[in-house]
Amino acid sequence: MPTDVTLPQLSESTYEATVGKWLKQPGDRVARFEPLVELITDKVNVEMPSPVAGVLLEQVATEGDTLPTGAVIARMEVTETQPATAIAADASGASSPRTAVDSRPAPAEAGAAGPRLSPLGSRLLQEHGVPPAEWASIPATGSGGRLSKNDVMAYLAARAEHGPMALPATDGAAARGAAPVAPTASEGPPATEPVATEDEHVRLDPIRKAIADRMARAKREIPHAHAMVEVDMTALVRWHDADKAAFEQRHGVRVTYTAFFVRAAVEALRANRFVNAQWRDDGILVKGAIHLGVAVSHDDALLVPVLHDAQRMDLAAVARGLDALVRKAREGHLGIEDIQGGTFTITNPGVYGSIESVPVINPPQVAILVTNAITPRAVVRDDAIAIRRIMNLGLSFDHRVFDGPQAMRFLNAIKAALEAVDPLTA
Amino acid sequence: MPQLRYMDAINEAHAEELARDNRVVLIGEDVGLKGGVFGVTAGLQARFGEDRVIDAPLAESVIVGAAIGMAANGLMPIAEIQFADFIYPAADQIISEAARMRYRSNNACACPIVIRTSYGGAHGTALYHSQCVESIFAHVPGLKVVAPSTAADAKGLLKAAIRDPDPVMYLEHKRMYRLVREDVPEGEVLVPIGPARIARAGADLSIFSYGWMLRECVAAADRLAAEEGIDCEVVDLRTLAPLDKSTILASVAKTSKALVVYEDNRFCGYGAEVAAIIAEEAFEDLDGPVMRLASPDVPAVPYAAVLESWFTLSQDKIIEAVRRLAHY
Repeated sequence: MPTDVTLPQLSESTYEATVGKWLKQPGDRVARFEPLVELITDKVNVEMPSPVAGVLLEQVATEGDTLPTGAVIARMEVTETQPATAIAADASGASSPRTAVDSRPAPAEAGAAGPRLSPLGSRLLQEHGVPPAEWASIPATGSGGRLSKNDVMAYLAARAEHGPMALPATDGAAARGAAPVAPTASEGPPATEPVATEDEHVRLDPIRKAIADRMARAKREIPHAHAMVEVDMTALVRWHDADKAAFEQRHGVRVTYTAFFVRAAVEALRANRFVNAQWRDDGILVKGAIHLGVAVSHDDALLVPVLHDAQRMDLAAVARGLDALVRKAREGHLGIEDIQGGTFTITNPGVYGSIESVPVINPPQVAILVTNAITPRAVVRDDAIAIRRIMNLGLSFDHRVFDGPQAMRFLNAIKAALEAVDPLTA
Repeated sequence: MPQLRYMDAINEAHAEELARDNRVVLIGEDVGLKGGVFGVTAGLQARFGEDRVIDAPLAESVIVGAAIGMAANGLMPIAEIQFADFIYPAADQIISEAARMRYRSNNACACPIVIRTSYGGAHGTALYHSQCVESIFAHVPGLKVVAPSTAADAKGLLKAAIRDPDPVMYLEHKRMYRLVREDVPEGEVLVPIGPARIARAGADLSIFSYGWMLRECVAAADRLAAEEGIDCEVVDLRTLAPLDKSTILASVAKTSKALVVYEDNRFCGYGAEVAAIIAEEAFEDLDGPVMRLASPDVPAVPYAAVLESWFTLSQDKIIEAVRRLAHY
């Protein structure tokens, strides 16, 4: 059966892509998920995986074409289909051979995105016959996204009354409601303007152009407001100096300050929901999950890989997630899924020595957190002058969505968490 | 019901048992003429005579060794070690002789002695007068170990310990001697060795402790309930060996979270055993990690006040630990 292959939406705010090199030629047999064609977007270059298994009939789009999301780029003869639901069913463990021996699947079998459960939570769900596929949909209020006993009990009570809870819509589906951005090619000086001999005219590559468009749009549309607090990082720096090696030995991953910033920000976002939101002309979309964009600079290009579902992660999981993303970013291997869906961003110009920075919000998000350099400073403690490691922690926020008091509550929550840092519960 | 200080309850138990059974004798440094370094045994020598309330030389090994010999010859001695910090010279007598007597003699010979000792830190007691020794002796098969936290239990457990046919280590926290004044039943009220006590019923989280720390835990739990709505169950272990596992496990089954609080330093402390039992036997009842709150692993309680308060467990530290576990 011939089928159209269309240009996918590569990220939340990407509405077009340029077709790069074709990796399969007409007549080639293509496995599902096998790279089909390179796509160049304003954010990343990706190899598009084939959505189906079959034979490539026709390359509808040619190299260099810039096409909108949804445009047909190829035709394929489909030889087999494997619906996504079948894969999901496998992942649930319901049909795995292991269940023949042990009818109580381990929580991990609910999939990588499964909830973090205590032994008690796991036992209660199994005793009440709740299938593992359903576990991820239970609202979690424990620290680090854990399903607490109370969460499970509340769910069991609701389930007894109303039946299994419908799975929530994915974030991607909700995000696509945002209006596409009109091309802004008419702005800026015309390309025909003469260039003096000692000057150089550098053409915009897609990434530079995307950054330019987005920054200009953000500054044009969003009434930015800013707040900043001083964080006493002395305890955390001491911990990091003394215990990072032990942490690495124990968890197999290096823990960076950024991991602590992410953990503190996640807990603060959980407590300040309007910071983890999107502005819309008809209201504010408060996001349920926390997908944390972490700005990474590479070859003078700014990439913002996204740590998905950061609300489910403890410190070690955050450290592992960041490590994987940074490595992918440096190696140019970021996939579409690694850059889309961010609901909040942390940027850290502190690594370059900035002591005070005022970042631009990354639309459609409504705030961006900035961590600056940690520097020894003379400060007053208990009416004496002490040398402490101080960091300025700043927030740029969309003043349409919330006001100064909320911004300060959010910043102070992070400040308190960083100053009282306890890796045991981080 | 009369109100007695913790130390008076201990004194009363001595007096009643010395009067009840003339096999009961008391031996220790300064227990007679001086009435004990804290006054716990005041008046006993005057009432029962120098043959039954015996001032011993400053030699812990002799005190316990003599008690073992008396027990082997039909008496029921109470050996007082003035401070638990000084018990180690007698450790050989306690661990290798008293605890193993029944086993070694194939049940021919028992060792019905009580070893009383004051333990734990009070303000300024520092390195030589603050140690906790329960984990060392609770580890030894053949020894029973009790640590009462109330005046009533101090009396009832001491009477039960004196009558017990095997050696009992009786740990009295010196901070409670004069600080605690409570109702104590008169006369023949024994508190059996073994059962733990629910000191405070609660639903959200179980705290396990004993001795002085138990009282701090109850006070912390009351504050948490009033100020933060966290409802802690506090279990007074009372008898550290043999341990009442069923009360512990029932409490964890009810609350799903467990915090073990002990004054000794953390590593290999008594609470580690309680935590391990919960982890092994109540795993599927747990909604959070089994946590320990204990003193830091440094050699001793510091003397300097600011360092002493850093070292010493307090209600605030308990509250902080409970809060973290409750919100896990």
